[in-house]
Amino acid sequence: MSISALLSMGRCCCRCCCPRGLWMLSAPCCDDRRMCVCPGPRRIGIPVRSSSPPLFSDAMPAPTQLFFPLIRNCELSRIYGTACYCHHKHLCCSSPYIPSSRLRYTPHPAYATFCRPKENWWQYTQGRRYSSTPQKFYLTPPQVNSILKANEYSFKVPEFDGKNVSSVLGFDSNQLPANAPIEDRRSAATCLQTRGMLLGVFDGHAGCACSQAVSERLFYYIAVSLLPHETLLEIENAVESGRALLPILQWHKHPNDYFSKEASKLYFNSLRTYWQELIDLNTGESTDIDVKEALINAFKRLDNDISLEAQVGDPNSFLNYLVLRVAFSGATACVAHVDGVDLHVANTGDSRAMLGVQEEDGSWSAVTLSNDHNAQNERELERLKLEHPKNEAKSVVKQDRLLGLLMPFRAFGDVKFKWSIDLQKRVIESGPDQLNDNEYTKFIPPNYHTPPYLTAEPEVTYHRLRPQDKFLVLATDGLWETMHRQDVVRIVGEYLTGMHHQQPIAVGGYKVTLGQMHGLLTERRAKMSSVFEDQNAATHLIRHAVGNNEFGAVDHERLSKMLSLPEELARMYRDDITIIVVQFNSHVVGAYQNQE
Amino acid sequence: MFSRLLLIVRRQRTSPGWQNWSSARRSASAAEAHSVALPTQAQVVICGGGIMGTSVAYHLSKMGWKDIVLLEQGRLAAGSTRFCAGILSTARHLTIEQKMADYSNKLYSQLEQETGIQTGYIRTGSISLAQTQDRLISLKRINSRLNVIGIPSEIISPKKVAELHPFLNVHDLVGAMHVPEDAVVSSADVALALASAASQNGVQIYDRTSVLHVMVKKAQVTGVETDKGQIECQYFVNCAGQWAYELGLSNEEPVSIPLHACEHFYLLTRPLETPLQSNTPTIVDADGRIYIRNWQGGILSGGFEKNPKPIFTEGKNQLEIQNLQEDWDHFEPLLSSLLRRMPELETLEIIKLVNCPETFTPDMRCIMGESPTVQGYFVLAGMNSAGLSFGGGAGKYLAEWMVYGYPSENVWELDLKRFGALQSSRTFLRHRVMEVMPLMYDLKVPRWDFQTGRQLRTSPLYDRLDAQGARWMEKHGFERPKYFVPPDKDLLALEQSKTFYKPDWFEIVESEVKCCKEAVCVIDMSSFTKFEITSTGDQALEMLQYLFSNDLDVPVGHIVHTGMLNEGGGYENDCSIARLSKRSFFMISPTDQQVHCWAWLKKHMPEDSNLLLEDVSWKYTALNLIGPRAVDVLSELSYAPMTPDHFPSLFCKEMSVGYANGIRVMSMTHTGEPGFMLYIPIEGMDFIGRDALLQQKQNGVYKRLTMFILDDHDTDLDLWPWWGEPIYRNGQYVGKTTSSAYSYTLERHVCLGFVHNFSEDTGEEQVVTADFINRGEYEIDIAGHRFQAKAKLYPVTSLFTHKRRKDDVELSDLHGK
Repeated sequence: MSISALLSMGRCCCRCCCPRGLWMLSAPCCDDRRMCVCPGPRRIGIPVRSSSPPLFSDAMPAPTQLFFPLIRNCELSRIYGTACYCHHKHLCCSSPYIPSSRLRYTPHPAYATFCRPKENWWQYTQGRRYSSTPQKFYLTPPQVNSILKANEYSFKVPEFDGKNVSSVLGFDSNQLPANAPIEDRRSAATCLQTRGMLLGVFDGHAGCACSQAVSERLFYYIAVSLLPHETLLEIENAVESGRALLPILQWHKHPNDYFSKEASKLYFNSLRTYWQELIDLNTGESTDIDVKEALINAFKRLDNDISLEAQVGDPNSFLNYLVLRVAFSGATACVAHVDGVDLHVANTGDSRAMLGVQEEDGSWSAVTLSNDHNAQNERELERLKLEHPKNEAKSVVKQDRLLGLLMPFRAFGDVKFKWSIDLQKRVIESGPDQLNDNEYTKFIPPNYHTPPYLTAEPEVTYHRLRPQDKFLVLATDGLWETMHRQDVVRIVGEYLTGMHHQQPIAVGGYKVTLGQMHGLLTERRAKMSSVFEDQNAATHLIRHAVGNNEFGAVDHERLSKMLSLPEELARMYRDDITIIVVQFNSHVVGAYQNQE
Repeated sequence: MFSRLLLIVRRQRTSPGWQNWSSARRSASAAEAHSVALPTQAQVVICGGGIMGTSVAYHLSKMGWKDIVLLEQGRLAAGSTRFCAGILSTARHLTIEQKMADYSNKLYSQLEQETGIQTGYIRTGSISLAQTQDRLISLKRINSRLNVIGIPSEIISPKKVAELHPFLNVHDLVGAMHVPEDAVVSSADVALALASAASQNGVQIYDRTSVLHVMVKKAQVTGVETDKGQIECQYFVNCAGQWAYELGLSNEEPVSIPLHACEHFYLLTRPLETPLQSNTPTIVDADGRIYIRNWQGGILSGGFEKNPKPIFTEGKNQLEIQNLQEDWDHFEPLLSSLLRRMPELETLEIIKLVNCPETFTPDMRCIMGESPTVQGYFVLAGMNSAGLSFGGGAGKYLAEWMVYGYPSENVWELDLKRFGALQSSRTFLRHRVMEVMPLMYDLKVPRWDFQTGRQLRTSPLYDRLDAQGARWMEKHGFERPKYFVPPDKDLLALEQSKTFYKPDWFEIVESEVKCCKEAVCVIDMSSFTKFEITSTGDQALEMLQYLFSNDLDVPVGHIVHTGMLNEGGGYENDCSIARLSKRSFFMISPTDQQVHCWAWLKKHMPEDSNLLLEDVSWKYTALNLIGPRAVDVLSELSYAPMTPDHFPSLFCKEMSVGYANGIRVMSMTHTGEPGFMLYIPIEGMDFIGRDALLQQKQNGVYKRLTMFILDDHDTDLDLWPWWGEPIYRNGQYVGKTTSSAYSYTLERHVCLGFVHNFSEDTGEEQVVTADFINRGEYEIDIAGHRFQAKAKLYPVTSLFTHKRRKDDVELSDLHGK
């Protein structure tokens, strides 16, 4: 495999996404041999060669993709091929206006203005696509369910002696890929040497290498940061003397959530170096470990290790290649640590943690426990400007992107935004051929004067749980860009409590026949039935995120269409979605409260 | 007072049912603005101005009691009575219910003539549809029983159904039952007519008067406290409908009346283009969970859904049922069912969906009778949405009960005392009624056990038995094992096991019976009611001699099987009494007699602090060691000889068994097989009914418990007898079975039932002699098919003991021969 293939995020960049159905029919198609603008909705938009074969899907086991069994080679792509989409022949697709693209590479910024949305695109294409060959795109409800449920996972905290002593009842998680392979990752684990549970979602860009690595490694860094000195010593001594190690994490994984076997030794060595330093740094006085500090340290340390491993390289060519892929791709992370009533959320990037609060009247309200690190956040803009000289004030964030390229303002990996130009060049030159051949890795961001421009340092928020705090939703931006946070919390809340508020019908004065009423009721029941199809709150949320019509009800036809998009097209209509819904035990939380 | 009532009534008669009620209400209340002082005393105070209260008042006054006050917290006939769908149906599962409905039907049909108040009574007939063969069997069983009490009914074909009703889709039906004399009537108007008649007979009626609580002294009603003052009274009747539970609890000495309300919905439509004829029959489509009746040219249709909505659990006591929400989404399955049954109604315009809460009881039978704890406190409530059908008959029985001490029919199945204290928590009731309400239209098969509200009381051995594969049934809140499923055997799922034929547990029980007959078995009988009666002197013996029919002055250690009789010579309870010492007795009676038997004893016990009655049911685990090898087992465990010489039959002594000491061992069983009862401690000359018995002895009895052995019955292929099957003697109906069982010994079905001798001319009951029993050809009617049966006079006592004392027989003709 060539390095260009390795790093050809191109395949993804080539596909442009059109969230919520914005598209431009008259968008100029790109020329065969030319790199072109891809202001797509992806985190990253970069040019690649048309010859680039698919990237590392064969090098890394990817979470199973189960998509599009019916229409892999359907006419849909042909229809679009002529209209605006050119993934087969062209380097890259010109594309719709996409406000949410993560990272883009724009040598010709003019194109950006070229591509303005047509508001009615969705409706138009809908009509066109489905009126001609309606059967082809239709998935039956069981098919829809098998797609939606393929990655769902639930964990219930076990009870002891009939009592549940944890403030966490359990969690539901799920993910729906739009990229192939999916770039999102998720993790959940119980800390074994300290109390508490860790849950996190990771949104990768420019490939999935970084999000994969972070999903495997971050919780170990956090757990180690939380460990008391004696436990660290005990573990170190055990390693030293070849004894069995104390387990520190109990993972709760879906079969598709894999760990890299090859890199595990390398990762372990880095982690050990970290705890050895922690042991050395210990001054002897046993101070209470501060969770917030531990989280920040863990994030920063892991990012540092990722960077260092890529600089040092590895004698094993596969691993050498892997650490470079990890470092050159990027990932955001949103991690929750729950211990009794203490809830910490550490966030880097634009995934989000949302608390579902049930008010006294039974209604639901959303409390945001994380800040998005992107251009919509004034304080982040301020921070970036302060961290760089005044003359860069205009270039550091352009078109709502870091250096005009990257949407999230904080991330793991992405050494292109962290290393000096010299370092980048040196690593690429000494690196494997694949790296050298890749346009994206070689490309230096414009106005790149005072790196680093990017950090993995998280913003940590603390929340003391109250009995009315019923659940926490951790989700990547794929969810938040399709649904309002209030709707998310309401849908989950109603799902979990089994309460589904529909306005009751009253005949009151209208002329209604039995037949009309029957029709109306049947329709309402169909709406409700989607609730009962799901045993998993995250699945239920995805069903709504993908299938909601303008009235906020799941429309099976729409759901079927969205899920039957061929993988090349899926990314145009939606992003990867990863969701964890953590349910709290109000009784336990209430008991904590009463203790004081 | 009466003129005031009539005012309401007159306004009301122009408006059928609830429709123009509000206007009637307004004018009525204007006329009543002046308040009338309550009387300070009365013989009877009835609480509740619905159909139950007014019916009780009506019948009491007819029977000659005049000093009666009826109190209603809101307005007359304004609760469930006002919203009632107005269907009077005699197609009931219990004969006593059929009789109540039949009486109600006859009463209501002439009420307009009697009182001059229009009741909207129309004899429409009813058609109960069967979509399945099982349903048809169930209908045939009801049909057999209706016929023998003289209510015309017949099983008809789907084609005939289509002829009787214009819009019915009959393609999915296998048959139906037509009861031509069933009717529709406005229940509110019936209540007003009953009130009016009662008022004419002297009953004083006060509305807008709430009963706060009932005053009790020495376990006897002394009066009621209302929001308008006190009334002294001897009798109080709680007819408060869904508030009856609440009211019962409001006493200082609470009266537990286990019932709970559920929302109930029906819809009303505008008239059809060609309005439905007023005599169009009412349709009950139980498999579709709906009923449909004509209503002012349109239809009224409701049902009993699978997922009921219980309400008022917290006991929200509002004055009247106000503005309950219509819930169309909840009604959707019933609406679908309606449109399947009558597709042509699609274009019919809806008027409204009525939400009318109905009250349900833990066993789907209504509640009547006197409180076991407070004398003079009577109850009539919990009608399981059949208040209109039962109202007349139930009111009559309760009035008889109060006036004569006994109703004219055996109403034990409906007696308040059938419930124990554990069956009345709010949570239990809420859960149980959610199971009961769907059961209204579920297929009711024999030996059905409720699934909710279980394990209220369990034997100390429960866990061990459960681990052995026990399947449980509930009696009086107590879990009892039915049989044990061997590890290699699978029984059908609950729903699939419903059958009127040979049940799936047949072989299991067969092997258990074989074991009892040929070897030895242990049966956990801890649930049986156990009392100890002790005294300082001879008071215990004297009381027991008075209460029980057999001589209890037996040597210490002896056991007497005997019965508690009432003044009419009827059995109140049968039991075994062991004389533990000169002054103490141990009494064992059936599980469900706990409340009733206790109340009976308490009622007849002299006030004497030296006489002590104690319920020790929970102090002993009772094991029945049964079978020919029981003697061997016991002697091996106790190192004591157990031969008849050392341990004669019907003998009791304390001994050690295994490591356990102080075990009360009795050489008797409750099953008729040889064996012993072991009572293991966990941590008792005149008598009532004597005159009647003597008279019976002299004159003979009017019914006899008779055993029938089915001759030409195929256990595998034929429908099984269960209970309530009519018995025919020489082609004439003579009674019904009370219970049935397959005898693994005889390899035949055995039924027990009371045989009467009705005069061919007058229908009057005549004396039943042994000769009468023996000289008859008998048939048992199972769902319309008659099976030949051999009759055998069967002494009840021999069901319990295989050796009887001679003087048992002499005492009464009732059991002996």
